[in-house]
Amino acid sequence: MLNIEKISKNFQGVKAVDNCSIKIEKGKITALIGPNGSGKTTIINLISGVIKPDYGKIIFENNNLSGLSIEKIANLGISRLFQQSRLFDNLSIKDNLLIAVNNNSSLIDNILGLNKIAKEIDAKIKTVYDMMEIKESWDKLVSELSYGQKRLVEIAQTILLPHKLLLLDEPVAGVTSLLRKRIAKILLELKQKGETILFIEHDMSFTLDIADDIIVMDAGKIIARGKPENVIKDKKVLEAYLG
Amino acid sequence: MIDAYFIHLLILICIYVILAISLQLSLGFTGLLNLAHVAFFAIGAYATALLALSGYPFWLCILFAGVLAALFGYVLSIPTNKLKGDYLALATLGFSFVIYAIVLNWISLTNGPMGLPGIPRPTFLGINFSNNNNFFMLSIFVTVIIYFVIYSITKSPLGKVMEAIRDDELAARSLGKNTKKIKSISMATSAFFAGIAGSLFAYYITFIDPTSFSFSNLIPILSIVIIGGLASLPGTVFATIIIILLPEPLRFIGFPSSVIGPARQLIYAMLLLIILYYKPKGFYGKVNLE
Repeated sequence: MLNIEKISKNFQGVKAVDNCSIKIEKGKITALIGPNGSGKTTIINLISGVIKPDYGKIIFENNNLSGLSIEKIANLGISRLFQQSRLFDNLSIKDNLLIAVNNNSSLIDNILGLNKIAKEIDAKIKTVYDMMEIKESWDKLVSELSYGQKRLVEIAQTILLPHKLLLLDEPVAGVTSLLRKRIAKILLELKQKGETILFIEHDMSFTLDIADDIIVMDAGKIIARGKPENVIKDKKVLEAYLG
Repeated sequence: MIDAYFIHLLILICIYVILAISLQLSLGFTGLLNLAHVAFFAIGAYATALLALSGYPFWLCILFAGVLAALFGYVLSIPTNKLKGDYLALATLGFSFVIYAIVLNWISLTNGPMGLPGIPRPTFLGINFSNNNNFFMLSIFVTVIIYFVIYSITKSPLGKVMEAIRDDELAARSLGKNTKKIKSISMATSAFFAGIAGSLFAYYITFIDPTSFSFSNLIPILSIVIIGGLASLPGTVFATIIIILLPEPLRFIGFPSSVIGPARQLIYAMLLLIILYYKPKGFYGKVNLE
């Protein structure tokens, strides 16, 4: 589904990503782990088009993503959750979710309030809102939400954007253990529906609970990859984490 | 006499409401620090004046004023699309100065500093608007329609995407939104209504010259938007009434006109400072000024 081929990215002489190749298979949950500064978020930024690679290419379903804009990559079906909250603070939960749903109505339709699929869109948003078990009323401003509730809204937004691949940058960082369990359950349910997920996480128990494959990075390079039970025993991985 | 004076103020309020709520669309809702609004106002006024003086009907003049201003708004949005904040403010301010220089110096078209006198008051559907009472009815009708069009846009999915761009453009792009296109639509729509306000202004005053479209004329419009509160349409209407009426008592104190002008600017500046200090979101705003 996604093929990253010999990709490199330098920031003022520092090799953030150094000649990495990654293959993401359809219908699987892949975890990208590694110590801080190992290049994980840079990989996600490269895939989603936030930054462009210096070398190498990224192929997603026969499309070379290297020259494409962020929005074109999103419209090809790559939906991304940011590490830091990037919700639209002055909008309600519902409006934040509404923006993620595709809507091709014209300016005139918008002026006249004609939205032929408004009910369909509302139903779609309601389904994901209920699935995420968001406690707050969906008319509430997101700036008034707790960190955990904000994270749920952001994940709901990422799921609502029509997609084939989900990129999640630390989906459970800073949330309570209860929420962590709920998010793990949701991601496993999505996998059962055939979804493909690539996520970054520092929480090892969460990672081991849901990942089919793990890729480990250190200092911009991939140092190990494989099934979770094998990767956690890998010498290089233990060295990277424990020194 | 007093009636005529109040009707005059009400017509001015209508024109400024159109100007301010259309600026809200680009500045308050989309977050574009657009200082070209006074230029779109000028384009609308001059387009109307030139067409009306050539005998074209009211509906064509007002529509053409809007479309021409929208076209300029769209064209301006293309090179400025990547600019944000202060840089966008500078680029759009530059555009205002260019338009001002054109109306001042293209004498064969605009008559330069002498202006264009004798713009005929409109006649539409058999009604003659040379009477100020009738003109007020026309102004309020146009204002109400424009208010509801802008209100509908801001409540629609397109309006929500505009607000998303204001809050976080990168996040909006990551959700597949073509933010360049939406910013251009916002700028052009905002300019369209500023052009219509210019058209009403030219028809009402019946004489236009470049002094009505200098940068200082942008200050009251910006003040209204900030005092009313970013992204608040009712707040904008409320602030327009205050801004238009507040300097009026100066006329009755008996100050010479050379004092009234600067005193008016002083009042706007004081009001802005007080509002920014005590109510940084404006009266009804929901968005912080950054």
